[in-house]
Amino acid sequence: MITSPVFTWAGNCFVNKPPNFVENKRLELSNGQLKWETMFKLLLKVMSVLLVLIIVGVLITLIIESWPSITSQGIKYIWGKVWDPVQNIYGAYPFLVGTLLTSFTALIISIPFSYAIAIYLGEYNPKGWLSDLLKNTIELIAAVPSIIYGFWGLFVLVPLVRTLEMKLDILPYGVGVFTASIVLAVMIIPYGASLGITLIRMVPSPLKEGAYALGATRWEVIRNVIMPYTRSGLFAGVLLSLGRALGETMAVTMLIGNTTAVADTFKNVFFGPGNTMASVIANEFAEADHTLYLSALIELGLVLFVVTVIINMIGKRIITRVTKS
Amino acid sequence: MNLTKSLKLAVVALATSGLALSASAQDLKGAGSSFVNPLFQKMFSQYTPAKVDYQSIGSGGGIAQLTAKTVDFGDSDAPLNDEQTTKMGGPAAVLHIPMTSGAVVVTYNVPGVAGGLKLSGKDLADIYLGKVKTWNSPEVKDSNPGVNLPNLPIVVIHRSDGSGTSFIFTDYLTKVNPDWATKVGKASAPNWPAGLGGKGSEGVAGLVKQTPGAIGYVELAYAIQNKMPYASIQNKGGKFIVPTIAATTLASNVTIPADTKVSVTNTDNAAGYPIASFTWALIYKEQNYNGRTKDQATKLVKLLWWNIHEGQKFCEALNYAPLSKSAVKAAEAVLKSATYGGKAIL
Repeated sequence: MITSPVFTWAGNCFVNKPPNFVENKRLELSNGQLKWETMFKLLLKVMSVLLVLIIVGVLITLIIESWPSITSQGIKYIWGKVWDPVQNIYGAYPFLVGTLLTSFTALIISIPFSYAIAIYLGEYNPKGWLSDLLKNTIELIAAVPSIIYGFWGLFVLVPLVRTLEMKLDILPYGVGVFTASIVLAVMIIPYGASLGITLIRMVPSPLKEGAYALGATRWEVIRNVIMPYTRSGLFAGVLLSLGRALGETMAVTMLIGNTTAVADTFKNVFFGPGNTMASVIANEFAEADHTLYLSALIELGLVLFVVTVIINMIGKRIITRVTKS
Repeated sequence: MNLTKSLKLAVVALATSGLALSASAQDLKGAGSSFVNPLFQKMFSQYTPAKVDYQSIGSGGGIAQLTAKTVDFGDSDAPLNDEQTTKMGGPAAVLHIPMTSGAVVVTYNVPGVAGGLKLSGKDLADIYLGKVKTWNSPEVKDSNPGVNLPNLPIVVIHRSDGSGTSFIFTDYLTKVNPDWATKVGKASAPNWPAGLGGKGSEGVAGLVKQTPGAIGYVELAYAIQNKMPYASIQNKGGKFIVPTIAATTLASNVTIPADTKVSVTNTDNAAGYPIASFTWALIYKEQNYNGRTKDQATKLVKLLWWNIHEGQKFCEALNYAPLSKSAVKAAEAVLKSATYGGKAIL
């Protein structure tokens, strides 16, 4: 005997239900499916909570470990200009300035490059072997270990900068904030660029085609369609590369000159030697031989953590504002 | 087919080598100074009675590992400071045994001066304080009669990372220049009043080689291997001493105190090079801790005994200075004071 199939409306389509079908109370899912669905959801939840816990854990550890320094140095740790482990006087100001200065200089140098690359490979030349070659090369820039950049900077860039400094009548050190910023800029280009390429390729064709149909030139399409559409995403890429620049250690420490002295003239601020927070921690942590010294170095890590968080929050604020308008 | 076969073979070989490695567990573990590492690796490869694993993680790391009792011995380029001593159970708990001595040399890049530069300790400190600014200033000229020194600014280069080399160097400057002693002092990473920091010996060497007018400091062995020029330094007796292995050994041929924790910079020895120091192996005086066996303790003490006697013959080939006679004598006495369960081991 053939039972005739019963067609029932299941929300959005008719399903063929066998007559002995047991109605599932939630949707039209089998128990096995349901189990996987719940487990997967749980897994995702656990993962994200774990991530938050790790960050909070890092923050708590930093605070606990830097407590001796926080209590003995007080708030003046932030603007103190002397870093003297022998006398146990610690001030983070020179390193704070150095970190912000190198990161933002590097960012300003890198933005034109990463935007240009993103537009070229996203809009002008999105397919073909040349495009693939260029895209892979840019991703390779991010894969080079930072110590290689350090050595390249030390042996190739430093002599060039020294020649420039001699012409500008500055003490020809070669190493310094400027040199470190250039190398940092090269290192962070891929972060902004590859996100930009992806985003520009994702701009819906109807939008662009519409603009072309209205007689817009390529430049006008980029300026009036692609840029407004991808603005917040491109800015997120910039933020990502800034985060990378703030924390970069090895290449910077090899090129920045590592001095705690605060520069006195404008020329020296840019071309003179300096130091960054990450660089000081890397340099001095292994041989920090007393508790307060070690604690002051960890507090430097805490300051770096807070600075990164603040910059990210400002960035998020800018992104939302840009997206709304 | 052939490929899969060789792949399988490789996997098997890897697995067996892993097994072999875990089977021949190291008898003794050490960690610390990277300065002494090349010498220790050579010594321990030649030492047959026990297998030794030495990790060059820096003096501070070695001290931390020994404090945590995860290694049998540490090695430091500077004697323990008060805080470290307290953490390890007081001054009587840890023994310092000198292993070898090393010199720190002053290297430079002065156009027109290929070698043979002479400097006094006080002037060297004034250069590093930023007080003596040019190569043709009277202070440098006085020590170098007949040398045509250029009118070039001195670019001071120091280590940016905390290091035993910096400790020895600043320890010397502290002794010979009161101004340095009050303003800067001695530390593995002090607050340098002037100049640029290079990361590691290679960082300092790189900056000195590139920068006309630069002055820097590295270990003697590093300068010899990289063919860098180095200055003669005036010692306490007023003589300018060319840094050599023999002059470094002579620097420690002075009266050594019973605990060997002595700084031999600015040595009293008339022919000694003034910027030299021991590197010390560190062990606990009482070896019965953490369930260590007597066998392990004996192996450790015998290894260090061998290091200060037969092991010393490997020093010179690697540009380390062998221990002086007085240093060996003091080290013997220290090793003999090591105990297991209150009883002498040797």
